[in-house]
Amino acid sequence: MTPIVAPATDNRPDNGADLLLPVPDEDGAPFWEYAARGELRVQACADCDELRFPPRPCCPHCQSFAARWQRMSGRGRIWSYVLPHPPLLPAYAEQPGYNAIVVELAEAPRIRLVGNLVTAADAPLNSVDPARLRIGAPVKAVFHTMPGGVTVPRWLLERP
Amino acid sequence: MGATLKDATAIAGIGQTPFARQLPESEKTLACRAIVAALDDAGIAPSEVDAFASYTMEETDEVEIAKAIGAGDVTHFSKVGYGGGGSCATVAHLAAAIATGQASVGVAWRSRKRGSGPRPWKNTRVQLPTPGQWTRPFGLLRPADEIGMLARRYMHEYGATRDHLFNVALACRNRANQNPAAIMYERPLTREMYMTARWISEPLCLFDNCLETDGALACVVVAAERARDCRQRPVYVHSAAQGLPAQHHGMVNYWNDDPLTGPAWTAARHLWKGADLGPQDVDVAQIYDAFTPLIPLSLEGYGFCGRGEGAAFTEGGALEIGGRLPLNTGGGGLSEAYVHGFNLITEGVKQLRGTSTAQVPDAATCLVTAGEGVPTSALLLRS
Ligand SMILES: [Zn+2]
Repeated sequence: MTPIVAPATDNRPDNGADLLLPVPDEDGAPFWEYAARGELRVQACADCDELRFPPRPCCPHCQSFAARWQRMSGRGRIWSYVLPHPPLLPAYAEQPGYNAIVVELAEAPRIRLVGNLVTAADAPLNSVDPARLRIGAPVKAVFHTMPGGVTVPRWLLERP
Repeated sequence: MGATLKDATAIAGIGQTPFARQLPESEKTLACRAIVAALDDAGIAPSEVDAFASYTMEETDEVEIAKAIGAGDVTHFSKVGYGGGGSCATVAHLAAAIATGQASVGVAWRSRKRGSGPRPWKNTRVQLPTPGQWTRPFGLLRPADEIGMLARRYMHEYGATRDHLFNVALACRNRANQNPAAIMYERPLTREMYMTARWISEPLCLFDNCLETDGALACVVVAAERARDCRQRPVYVHSAAQGLPAQHHGMVNYWNDDPLTGPAWTAARHLWKGADLGPQDVDVAQIYDAFTPLIPLSLEGYGFCGRGEGAAFTEGGALEIGGRLPLNTGGGGLSEAYVHGFNLITEGVKQLRGTSTAQVPDAATCLVTAGEGVPTSALLLRS
């Protein structure tokens, strides 16, 4: 079995020591490769054009095995959010008041991505005042390269 | 139509170890103790056991258990996936095997040392199925975070409040306060304690989360006819179901069209289809409560109220003894013990035998459910 997440190996005390890195599986790898180029793309059926997430080998709509990766606008809305408190992995516990959010994409609301709301692409996970979090708030994607070299999408408030 | 499961089998024996934060014995020893106790309760010799069922997360396997207790030749064994979603399905698989002649005496069990054991979110190298790459890097680490996300959305859509979640926590705690075997026996909960408790994952606080417990439980399933000759009053498996909804993704079910209609809805449709009874006929319910928001979601899914009405259903003492639907009468996962929901099955049996520490007068039907949010299962038991 392929490990899906792994810890970052080098430490960056300001932001992200030992945060978990995504370890892509075969279906998910293109998402992370596009993210590394600053593109938010979602898997789509090459035959019937249905978007699907998480990525998988076969289209649940028409059973085609042909896929393409459709570029998204990177705009969305907060669908829900939580504020995790300890006990947590140390790197997350060191950022008290951090958030995890689910974003529904503007052009495909049933495609929802888990992420973090931050004040800037490279800002800490707790850089946004929790009081600013609101379901329905418009957000836009930015890209942050984690220690270890993996790029993940993060989210900024459209109206900070 | 082929054979029906309806009342063809019964739970004839139940057994359990003590529950505690930490127990000295191994999971294997605890499992054997619970199973031997359940067989003794039924009055059936271990050598007659020919079927086993447990969870895929159960670490004591049937080979070791069969040897240790002295089972005979075993002709059916199965394991059910998805953690707490598997509890009721273990009994359902035995019932199906016995009803179709694959076996005659089945044992289902769960042994778990979670109080003493590792917490998976502390292990950065834990290998996770596919959703991990989409959630864990963003600090969505624990089941409480994953269900907290659904809870926040549920509260937003339907006006559910922390007071509604408190109603759930309180009903379970009040029942545990009546149950000497419960970890929270003689430890009352107040609204102030709840509202000022530390957060685990906002909007969920400490008391919205289940216990961490060591302990084991087991039950014995036989044909209905055989059960009538056993030591205890039979508790019939009237209907049983599993549920994995279309496009469901497990605990982080944010990606299908409607994440707030979870596996309970799918299991419920099949459960009621196979039953002579409906939600209005249920006298007492044991609903999987690893987290308080699972209760309103399940109340809706199993048809006790309409969509979005699950939180309001908890008002006015509805879940207390004497209320509209007495809930988790042993204290549940929130306040008796968290053993992946198996204690809900044995408590359902106690209610229908008339031996619960929080007995619902004349209870004749009990719904038992497994984990909501993950692929799930349910049993409708009757006396
Ligand atoms: Zn297609």
